[in-house]
Amino acid sequence: MSFNNPLDTLYRQVIMDHYKNPRNRGVLEDENIDINMNNPTCGDRVHLTMKVEDGKVMDAKFEGEGCSISMSSASMMTQAIKGKTIEEALELAHVFSDMMQGKEYDESLDLGDIEALQGVSKFPARIKCATLAWKAMEKGLRSQQ
Amino acid sequence: MNVKEVRQLFPILDQEVNGKPLVYLDSAATSQKPLPVIEALNQYYRGYNSNVHRGVHTLGTKATDAYEGAREKVRKFINAKSTQEIIFTRGTTTALNTVAASYGRANLREGDEIVITYMEHHSNIIPWQQVAKYTGATLKYIPLQEDGSISLEDVEKTVTPNTKIVSVMQVSNVLGAINPIKQIAQIAHQNGAVMVVDAAQSAPHMKVDVQDLDCDFLAFSGHKMCGPTGIGVLYGKRSLLEQMEPVEFGGEMIDFVGLYESTWKELPWKFEGGTPIIAGAIGLGAAIDFLEQIGLENIMAYEHQLAQYALEQLSAIEGLTIYGPKERAGLVTFNIDNVHPHDVATVLDAEGIAVRAGHHCAQPLMKWLHVSATARASFYLYNTEEDIDRLVAALKKTKEYFSHVF
Repeated sequence: MSFNNPLDTLYRQVIMDHYKNPRNRGVLEDENIDINMNNPTCGDRVHLTMKVEDGKVMDAKFEGEGCSISMSSASMMTQAIKGKTIEEALELAHVFSDMMQGKEYDESLDLGDIEALQGVSKFPARIKCATLAWKAMEKGLRSQQ
Repeated sequence: MNVKEVRQLFPILDQEVNGKPLVYLDSAATSQKPLPVIEALNQYYRGYNSNVHRGVHTLGTKATDAYEGAREKVRKFINAKSTQEIIFTRGTTTALNTVAASYGRANLREGDEIVITYMEHHSNIIPWQQVAKYTGATLKYIPLQEDGSISLEDVEKTVTPNTKIVSVMQVSNVLGAINPIKQIAQIAHQNGAVMVVDAAQSAPHMKVDVQDLDCDFLAFSGHKMCGPTGIGVLYGKRSLLEQMEPVEFGGEMIDFVGLYESTWKELPWKFEGGTPIIAGAIGLGAAIDFLEQIGLENIMAYEHQLAQYALEQLSAIEGLTIYGPKERAGLVTFNIDNVHPHDVATVLDAEGIAVRAGHHCAQPLMKWLHVSATARASFYLYNTEEDIDRLVAALKKTKEYFSHVF
């Protein structure tokens, strides 16, 4: 890669992998949460379906259109919340939001692939790309509380 | 036109972005401002800031003269018959909304039609959707040709004797298409409709003559033509403006105010409720002086040359799709295969190049193009072929950067 380093902090290998091979892409058929969210300023959109039982996210799928950051973030988000309780998932959304804003967050948490998105905080114009799917998840889970 | 000298009048261009000399290719969103415009604002605020049409004091008179002087500059700029036909607004959006809310709501009813095109900016779509909802009129769209241009045959097929308003952009902010407004206005008039023109992307770049076009309303923004933000113009034929009701009521626009009834000032002031955009109008006047000194014909010819050069260079990049007709105004909208336009814009930004990425406030057109977003490079009188060379080199780098993914 002939590029200067700042870009490489944004376009990490893990991100590009999720962009190229999105996890949990599609629409659940037995969902009980169905959320559409778009970013009106740029046209990105996410359709998120989740199946929540006994306060736990049993399954989650997304489909949508958008840039590498928004789509990879959606992929990572669905991966991360599966099996988590609503509270845990919402806490993760909170941590993610702090991470995007460049705030301090509990680094002892195992964020897995999500950590790759940390570089987005250095690109203010792209933060809303990364947070789109997370906002959809928050909105959906809060409606269950 | 000497571009080197022109560039020296735009201090903002002389800077580095992300360690690279700035290449500003987003003038269709907003243009940069030359020193004479910045200086006019500076002089106004430092020397004679005052409210207009009110005080009897000296500064008030100076400010009023400058404000009304700017109106005369605008009149000449678009060759209107009278300054009574020139209304200062916040921008193109407010101007189009004024026509829709005042003329549209008062004159349309069920069974009437409003005709626009698939390429319109949201600000020339939504006001008409609202008029249609309010009055029961029908909103119709003129389809586009394969290359994104409009055929007069389609205009003739879409506009009928039931059509009361035809509203079309003169230059597309996405396709760069230059629409045959004069001919479309003729068809509108033959059917008894009024012709509204969105000149946001044309007035900054070419000579616009409202009498030659024979349009009934025309709207444009100051900030896209070297002027400040927050100022725009609504031109309307006097006979139409006279029968229209104001949209905003309050200070400045009244003749007499009673307890239950009031009357309005004469044109154009009845449409300018509240303290007007004084500094903005003065800045716009300075921008018009600046553009006319260079000559709109020269600007148009120069941009045409830039657009053709850009078209040639960008067409040579494999995997790059260009949208819009070959004959075009000074902008090129494109996509690179398998790279989202936001990602393109981020990589270009790292190279110091500013382009727009997104739906360009034209979602119906994006749908017609079968894309969710595009990247756009738009040019103005201060851009150069070297700017385009930098763009081309950066686009090749973008392709290379993302090629390891796919």
